[in-house]
Amino acid sequence: MKVAGNTKGRVENVRLLDRVSSRKAALGTLYLTATHVIFVENASETRKETWVLHSQISSIEKQATTATGCPLLIRCKNFQVIHLIIPQERDCHDVYISLIRLARPVKYEELYCFSFNPKLDKEERERGWKLVDLNEEYNRMGIPNNYWQISDVNRDYGVCDSYPTEVYVPKSATAHIIVGSSKFRSRRRFPALSYYCKDNNTSICRSSQPLSGFSARCLEDEQMLQAIRKANPGSDFLYVVDTRPKLNAMANRAAGKGYENEDNYSNIKFQFIGIENIHVMRNSLQKMLEVCELKSPSMSDFLWGLENSGWLKHIKAIMDAGIFIAKAVAEEGVSVLVHCSDGWDRTAQVCSVASLLLDPYYRTMKGFMVLIEKDWVSFGHKFNHRYGNLDGDPKEISPVIDQFIECVWQLMEQFPCAFEFNERFLIHVQHHIYSCQFGNFLCNSQKERRELKIQERTYSLWAHLWKNRADYLNPLYRSDHSQTQATLHPQIASCNFLYKFWSGMYNRFEKGMHPRQSVTDYLMAVKEETQQLEEELEVLGERLASLQKVQSNDNKVKSKQQDQNKELGRSTSNISLANTPQEYNSNLKSFPSRSPSQGDEEDSALILTQDNLKSSDPDLSANSDQESGVEDLSCRSPSNGGCLPSEDSGKDSDEAVFLAV
Amino acid sequence: KVLQLEIPGMEECLNVASSIEALSSVDSVMMLYPFFYRPPSLRLEAGWHLFPLERYYQQITSQWRLSSINRDFSACPTYPPAVIVPAAVDDEALRKAARFRQGGRFPVLSYYHRKNGTVMLRSSQPLTGPNRKRCREDELLLGTVLDEGERGFIIDTRSAQAAKQARMTGGGTEPKASYPRWKRLHRPLERGRPLQESFAKLVDACNDTALTMDRWLSRLESCRWLSHVKAALSTACLAAQCLDREEACVLVHGAEGTDTTLLVTALAQLILDPGCRTLAGFQGLLEREWIEAGHPFHLRCARSAYSHARLKQEAPLFLLFLDCVWQLSRQFPFSLEFGEQLLLTLFDNAYASSYGTFLGNNEKERCLCKVKESTHSLWAWLNEPGEKKKYLNPLYSHNALVIWPSVEPQSIQLWQGLFFRWIRSSEYLDEAWAEIQRLVENDDTSVEESAGNGQSQAPLDTTAQTENKR
Repeated sequence: MKVAGNTKGRVENVRLLDRVSSRKAALGTLYLTATHVIFVENASETRKETWVLHSQISSIEKQATTATGCPLLIRCKNFQVIHLIIPQERDCHDVYISLIRLARPVKYEELYCFSFNPKLDKEERERGWKLVDLNEEYNRMGIPNNYWQISDVNRDYGVCDSYPTEVYVPKSATAHIIVGSSKFRSRRRFPALSYYCKDNNTSICRSSQPLSGFSARCLEDEQMLQAIRKANPGSDFLYVVDTRPKLNAMANRAAGKGYENEDNYSNIKFQFIGIENIHVMRNSLQKMLEVCELKSPSMSDFLWGLENSGWLKHIKAIMDAGIFIAKAVAEEGVSVLVHCSDGWDRTAQVCSVASLLLDPYYRTMKGFMVLIEKDWVSFGHKFNHRYGNLDGDPKEISPVIDQFIECVWQLMEQFPCAFEFNERFLIHVQHHIYSCQFGNFLCNSQKERRELKIQERTYSLWAHLWKNRADYLNPLYRSDHSQTQATLHPQIASCNFLYKFWSGMYNRFEKGMHPRQSVTDYLMAVKEETQQLEEELEVLGERLASLQKVQSNDNKVKSKQQDQNKELGRSTSNISLANTPQEYNSNLKSFPSRSPSQGDEEDSALILTQDNLKSSDPDLSANSDQESGVEDLSCRSPSNGGCLPSEDSGKDSDEAVFLAV
Repeated sequence: KVLQLEIPGMEECLNVASSIEALSSVDSVMMLYPFFYRPPSLRLEAGWHLFPLERYYQQITSQWRLSSINRDFSACPTYPPAVIVPAAVDDEALRKAARFRQGGRFPVLSYYHRKNGTVMLRSSQPLTGPNRKRCREDELLLGTVLDEGERGFIIDTRSAQAAKQARMTGGGTEPKASYPRWKRLHRPLERGRPLQESFAKLVDACNDTALTMDRWLSRLESCRWLSHVKAALSTACLAAQCLDREEACVLVHGAEGTDTTLLVTALAQLILDPGCRTLAGFQGLLEREWIEAGHPFHLRCARSAYSHARLKQEAPLFLLFLDCVWQLSRQFPFSLEFGEQLLLTLFDNAYASSYGTFLGNNEKERCLCKVKESTHSLWAWLNEPGEKKKYLNPLYSHNALVIWPSVEPQSIQLWQGLFFRWIRSSEYLDEAWAEIQRLVENDDTSVEESAGNGQSQAPLDTTAQTENKR
């Protein structure tokens, strides 16, 4: 085991406190390796391990030493909070100093993805990277066509270094117009195609704000917008959506930036949609996490805290913007140009929410990967800055994509049959955006990624998720379902109650809070069993036919096989029933004793569930047209624990999966 | 639900309004609709005697007896004719104990925890009054419940302060000195006016279309409904924990013992006893712990959320109970045999029903009005095969374990299916529910088809498995 820095990599007799009840603590040993913090419990029968990737660490806090030792609080970007008590102050300080260094790498090469080796050969790695192909995606949308074409104006990032090399623009927009327009836009992010609806020729384009100041104009930029409008012959105007609050946009004018003047551009309708900036969002999340961390809060504490954080209000604002755009495209048949300031945060959120509402393809697992790759990765969402992969300016950090992922979850709650993937899929995507275990989300732009040769040196997350897709399917999804096929129309009027706190994400490590039984897992098991039995029936039917003469014999075989089956199915469902007592210690302070075995019981039950489902997975993944999705109705959060393959431990099961292959 | 009608002509409108007003608040129980409702497919007597207390008594050890002391409702007007009491206490002592408890509601057995033989009792508050009166028979009754050296818990659903104040009006609580082996725990639960106001505010908030997202959560908070849900669940869990984990007997009471007391005892049983989580078991639980136990349905469920201020007795305790059950069903989606639809139907029927089940305030009143002879039972209708199917939970699978819910605020949600029933469209959720049903039924049929002569042994095997795993 590599030891970091000059500290010793091992501290004994460390206590890991339970976040819900501080009296419950596990004694064990803490290890620091080059990539992980590992806590191994001493309890001989469990030896439970907690693994945390250094890149997941968001903050480390050393608290005042107490009689019992020196408390160290590690907050993770995936919302895990680890509370350790280290007996010696000196050890604690060493650990603290080492972690500060380890959690804030300064070079990309220090990140886990450069050392992570799932033992795949070169070919498999390349195939993994090819799983998501954006040219294919634009072809799927029906492009190039009579109105739209691919432009190589940015082939060596000469026009805009945060855009991809391949950009889709209206056919009538010449290189001269594009370059001219780019000079009139912040960071030269000119209007480019994000989504095209071939049914009615409408498009969603994206850009950054114009450098209009109080009165500046740019002929090429005006021509660019006109070209976009004309690429949709069905409509005589174009929506320009500025996702910022009006006040922010006006303030930008003083700095020579701003927004489009309706008088200068022919036939545009300009619209503000007030989504707050990254700093407001960062603070909002911070406040909400403080609420999540409260020790036995009352209902009022929780609801007040949640409202004061403003988080759900922001989520709703993003959704409303997406709904507005989807409506313009699907119902009014009007194309939309979206921008914010730089056009890489709010613009990405809003374009991808709108695409998700409009196109059922993005609600499939593959389509969702394509969507993130298209609207976020290729268009230069600054993953490195926003998610703090390398040590950088803390003011650049903001949960922008987290908010998009939450929007998807909120939609899944409203449309339980519409998505091919389930909640666990979203949680794992979020986890890996921060984990730096795969190369997909490294750096701030395609240009940087190419320079680092990411595809040759790291692996793609999408291939990893795709391989385990059986874990991520929504059992309620049916490709022939009405919800699946059409545009989604979320309710808008007076539907505040539809936006709910996502405990499956923000309290996902507090397993006791989640529904104790996972409907998703159960239904997946049921589906699988049904299918197995049907296959079996078929096989037996054939056999029956061929063995008609020896009928009596055959019967025996049949009943025997069924008995086996039955047991298999039942045990699956029964294990998922396992439930464990919870602590009501907050209300039982005066109570004398409690049973010690609870935690263990839960763990063993969970492990069993996992084993059981795992063992059945291979059959499932053989059928790729099996469905998927999100459960809901009465239960949320399959993250309940059981079958989360990787998160808890960051590394162990991910690696285990790979090693097994 | 609000119906908006447009009626031409002011006078006609007023006439209709006053007729509706008069018709919707008929004073005489005997004039109510259930006495005239005669569905063709049901027999009048069906469903009335599905859950006799005698049958419940059969599961209980010999230390208890079935007493018919209340045959003529003389000992306690709000108790049913038969009650289960300690075998060692005779009817005479019971009569004396009854005089020491408000409304005559002396401690009776509510639940017997078969796993370890502990019991949950319920009663009303003792009438200690300002002079700290004692009653030997009451002390004896509670004393015989505990074996040598055992200790029990009294869960008082009022705050210590409120319990003390109740002495001024003749009530009070069990003093430590007179009941040395009982430890008192105070867990205040709201009832009466404040609960009714909370309900009315919540319904207002849910119907307020002008509300924006940044005000919604504080509005929800100010209704306090979810706080009440959390408190009720926590207290029920506490009672369950005392029985199951501490292996101690529990006595639950508040003031009258007809509201929060029943809320706690009924919920605790649902948490502890898998038998109560079946459709029939749940009906039996409601019959025993709410209807026969004398929850005054007629007073509490008259006007729902739009009640006039003058109806002082109105309070949605039963609704609060249903909400808590819904929270349990959300956290344990496989453990209850019935689904949300049953809870909604029960809510509807508690407030306005064609059936006699929720009529009146107690067994005595129902006896006087001959409810059982001249109205239909809701249970008879619910248990019709065609009807019953609607209420079953397709995911149900027997779960022998105690279901310990989470009572963290993050785990408690607003019951949208009820409070937004007429506001949001549930189209997509219904579709999802249908899909779940389809998946599970598919599975069942293919199991049946292929299993042909399948053995009924399988369930036994799996219970054994579960045992091992634990």
